[in-house]
Amino acid sequence: MSLPISRTRDLAIRRAESAPQRAFAAIGLVALVLPLLLLLFLFGSSLVDAWPRLDWSFLTSFPSRKPESAGILPALVGTTCLMGLTAVIAIPVGLGAALYLEEYARPSRLTALIELNIGTLAGVPSILYGLLGLEVFARVLGMGRSLLAGACTLALLLLPMVIMASREALRTVPPSLREASYALGADKWRTLRGVVLPMCLPGVLTGVILSLARAIGETAPLITIGALTYVAFLPDSVHSEFTALPIQIFNWVSRPQAGFHVNAAAGIIVLVALMLLLNGVAIWLRARLQRRIYW
Amino acid sequence: MTSSRRHPDATGADAAAPGGDSPRAARSSPPPRAADPADLLRPRARSERLVRIFLLACALVSIVTTLGIVGVLVRESAGFFAEVSLADFFGDGQWTPLFDDKHFGIAPLLAGTLLTTVIAVLVALPFGLLAAIYVAEFAPERVRRVLKPALEVLAGIPTVVYGYFALLYVTPALQHVVPKLAGFNALGPGIVMGVMILPVIASLSEDAIYAVPASLREASYALGAGRLRTVFRVVVPSAFSGIAASVILGVSRAIGETMIVAIAAGQQPRWTLDPRVPIETMTAYIVQISLGDTPTGTLEYRTIFAVGLCLFLVTLLLNAVAHRLRRRMLQGGWT
Repeated sequence: MSLPISRTRDLAIRRAESAPQRAFAAIGLVALVLPLLLLLFLFGSSLVDAWPRLDWSFLTSFPSRKPESAGILPALVGTTCLMGLTAVIAIPVGLGAALYLEEYARPSRLTALIELNIGTLAGVPSILYGLLGLEVFARVLGMGRSLLAGACTLALLLLPMVIMASREALRTVPPSLREASYALGADKWRTLRGVVLPMCLPGVLTGVILSLARAIGETAPLITIGALTYVAFLPDSVHSEFTALPIQIFNWVSRPQAGFHVNAAAGIIVLVALMLLLNGVAIWLRARLQRRIYW
Repeated sequence: MTSSRRHPDATGADAAAPGGDSPRAARSSPPPRAADPADLLRPRARSERLVRIFLLACALVSIVTTLGIVGVLVRESAGFFAEVSLADFFGDGQWTPLFDDKHFGIAPLLAGTLLTTVIAVLVALPFGLLAAIYVAEFAPERVRRVLKPALEVLAGIPTVVYGYFALLYVTPALQHVVPKLAGFNALGPGIVMGVMILPVIASLSEDAIYAVPASLREASYALGAGRLRTVFRVVVPSAFSGIAASVILGVSRAIGETMIVAIAAGQQPRWTLDPRVPIETMTAYIVQISLGDTPTGTLEYRTIFAVGLCLFLVTLLLNAVAHRLRRRMLQGGWT
């Protein structure tokens, strides 16, 4: 794809490297690595701070006014339910939109508008989705501060990402396979359902999981729709009120007592571990996808 | 990272798709549109039509979302501006909607937002640009393959985590260096925000630099220029619009960023550019009101929508500019 550039690069590398050139390359490397090291150091510090609190009871206790006995059980359950529900809403809509744009849409004003709009939505600050959720889902549709309202809000937030990832996945299916399916007499929807969708599904799932890894830390839209910061019960249906891990962390960070800051650090370790787990699953899926040969 | 366009349905319309396209994809011109076999027996079956309508409805959800955001912001803001004049909104220097002596001048919130954003860009721009030049022009392929995804990880860290770092590690550390730095201030969160938008600037700038055609570099070498001179005199200027777009997108991200400033910058709207004192940004104000129990329908409740509308317009404007610059880069005639 970039053959000319790499050839030039190789040539240039073979030429004698001058001292200023080496110095600049070193500065560039430092500029790249320094922020990474800073973050590594910050995470290391929070891990050290959090270590005494990271035990089983932290994961299985309800929040409390005493920092030593407070836990993240409702937040953990809330986040899990929220992510599941978000995926259930975002996948069909996002995949449907991607299918329409890739397989059905003719170049038209409407198509161009939809494309432009998806790009615009991707740039809207997440807190504005929260205002939308507050007014439309929580108030007008009467969902209140429920899991469902939170999941709908997050699903809309993820939609541009899911659509873009699904489109990329759809594009990797070679046209020859579709043509073969048409030649066998299958109509369009049957070809999509029987040939295209099964083949692009791992790619779509990878994209969805990566966007969920983004969504798991979303705090602002959930606060805006009014998710609770102190919850001493577990959600029992999609209509029950809830809290989520990032909100619990925010709540603890905002308190003055140092004990709660330790809890926040422990919550952060759990949250980042979950995020890395999701990323890991996505990378594993992608590797599997690349290994598999379909044709 | 990018897809090769093998699918015949992928037409020129994709070139207009913002965000997802990288310049590398744009360099291979889209293949000519092949006859879609499905056209031959255009489905007349009712089920096919229903499927098509359902899929179109999915695609329209995104339009409805945009209309919803605009509609909600405009409707509630209209209620707000019925009671507060535009002149007061932009002219009054105080923002005290929760006090008895109410003032609704958004200037302090704008100043807070501007301050944290400028600090973030001052951090992210030099680091991001250097990193981008290094990765695109100097890094061995192996380093590139490891470091670029590592940088993407920075972009994925939840912002509530960044907020925690800003409040409990960065600000205390800065207090040793900067005299009279308050516990809540604009400096700490600004710097952390810079780390957060660094990947945006680095990654998009790298795309732009990498997309500069080899022929320009070769011409420069042929004229006897060294590598550094080629990079700074030829490559970076050629990639300028792409780099500018990346910076503008970074700025837009910083303006919309919420949790870092809500946690670490304080909640005191203040008409100042002093980075050492507590301030409040537009986003942090929305969070502050959302956490309290302001009854719906009151003027205080409507303020968050008026502030939200401001935020929306500013980010929309910046994104549109960045989009145009990127388009210019993608169609820049590098063929």
